[in-house]
Amino acid sequence: MKLPEQVTRLGIVIAVIVAVVLLLRFVILPESLFSARPHQAAAAEREMAKPLRHAGVAVCRECHEEQFELKYGGKHRTIGCENCHGPAASHAADENAAKPPLPREREACLACHGYDSSRPNGFPQVDPLEHRPRKKCVTCHDPHDPVPPKAPTECTGCHGRIEHTKAMSTHALLPCASCHAVDAQHMTEPRLALPTKPDSREVCGRCHVPGATDPAASKVSVDMAAHGGTYVCWECHYAHLPEGRK
Amino acid sequence: MNKREFLKDAILFFPAAATLQALAPAAEGKAEPATTPTDYDATRHWYGMGIDVDKCIGCNRCVEACKAENNVPDEPFYFRTWIERYQIHENGETRVECISTRAGLPEQAPPEDPSVVRTFFVPKLCNQCAHPPCVQVCPVGATFQTQDGVVLVDEKRCIGCRYCIQACPYGARYLNPRTKTADKCTFCYHRITEGLLPACVEVCPTEARIFGDLKGKADRLVRFHRVNQISVLKPDLNTEPKVLYAQLDGEVR
Repeated sequence: MKLPEQVTRLGIVIAVIVAVVLLLRFVILPESLFSARPHQAAAAEREMAKPLRHAGVAVCRECHEEQFELKYGGKHRTIGCENCHGPAASHAADENAAKPPLPREREACLACHGYDSSRPNGFPQVDPLEHRPRKKCVTCHDPHDPVPPKAPTECTGCHGRIEHTKAMSTHALLPCASCHAVDAQHMTEPRLALPTKPDSREVCGRCHVPGATDPAASKVSVDMAAHGGTYVCWECHYAHLPEGRK
Repeated sequence: MNKREFLKDAILFFPAAATLQALAPAAEGKAEPATTPTDYDATRHWYGMGIDVDKCIGCNRCVEACKAENNVPDEPFYFRTWIERYQIHENGETRVECISTRAGLPEQAPPEDPSVVRTFFVPKLCNQCAHPPCVQVCPVGATFQTQDGVVLVDEKRCIGCRYCIQACPYGARYLNPRTKTADKCTFCYHRITEGLLPACVEVCPTEARIFGDLKGKADRLVRFHRVNQISVLKPDLNTEPKVLYAQLDGEVR
């Protein structure tokens, strides 16, 4: 059976229109007109192409193996190098381009180790005024292996504030040991061997009796029998700052 | 021109115009942004972060590292990640304060407030929700979720309307004053796709932040998820955050 010519022509016209529409939709017009996926892929690619600033511990280790080993064996093992030394990708790319800073000031350590009540229990913290004020942390602690190199030899290592107070007082020249007996164990395990406090009035009485040899002390000499009853002197007088009333 | 000629020309016009249009960008030399072939397969990852609140010491190093890595404006009120100090008082009052403001270190330890019952730091960042409200509200489709689960902002499409900043229940977005577009944490997308850690995780001194792939079998984050009691922020919103908190106090919002 032969189709009438007008039907064939109509068929051809419809076929051309369909072909044009399909060509437009699937070949000519870009996919980004219908779908967000190309935009998103392009945005993700742009995001991935952004430059690195932090190199990462693995890269630092390639050249600084010695420092890494030292740090890895100590308390600071979990800290990445760039925590203290700053972003170092440019230094890793070209070692002479940018030298990472060596933070040596107290603030660098106190950012983590200064006392703050919100920090978790057991995290090692110091009171910046109590613990060796104005001395750089790195003089005693190696930041890569921060355990103190040896037990403190002076009382001021821990009792800085008392030392400060005493230095302003008339008792400035008295060594701590003149009133406190300090066991050697106290230096390594402070809580297991506490220093003594004077338990009798005779400790102060060594200087503060009438006719004492020290002319400064004899100015404040007291009659031990008449003054203070049964109390030990430091229960009323603060021996680290005797001028201040307790 | 008679009717026949007109129809003939009209029929020829469309294919000719279409061919020209298809050829024009190629001739110009910059059609679609060239997709660089990488061997990174986004469908094989589903990134997340674990935060152990008990380990955060509030040192702010993550905030500084994030700013350096991602070019976040230097002013102390633009953050992709930040640290909050929570103080819970005897009378039940909770005080929250952002400590990432570079006020400088106190000369001396601050005096103890005896009415504070407990106090701790909480690191915050974009939760990279599995069902992100910010993506839903974007009118131009500029913010979207990648196949590896990271919510990104297309800087070229963003019109800076701030809808997403309003929609984010975690306050994780800000309007970048330089680009005038919305900006947020990307989990350092340029680092993680190269197998590196995000900058904040890289510098965290106490491993309070753990980054990982929830699709990985022997991943640190999967282990973190298994061994800890995990909570997320605002679970009632069904955003399904992928930032998982361990040891999170009930007062944290």
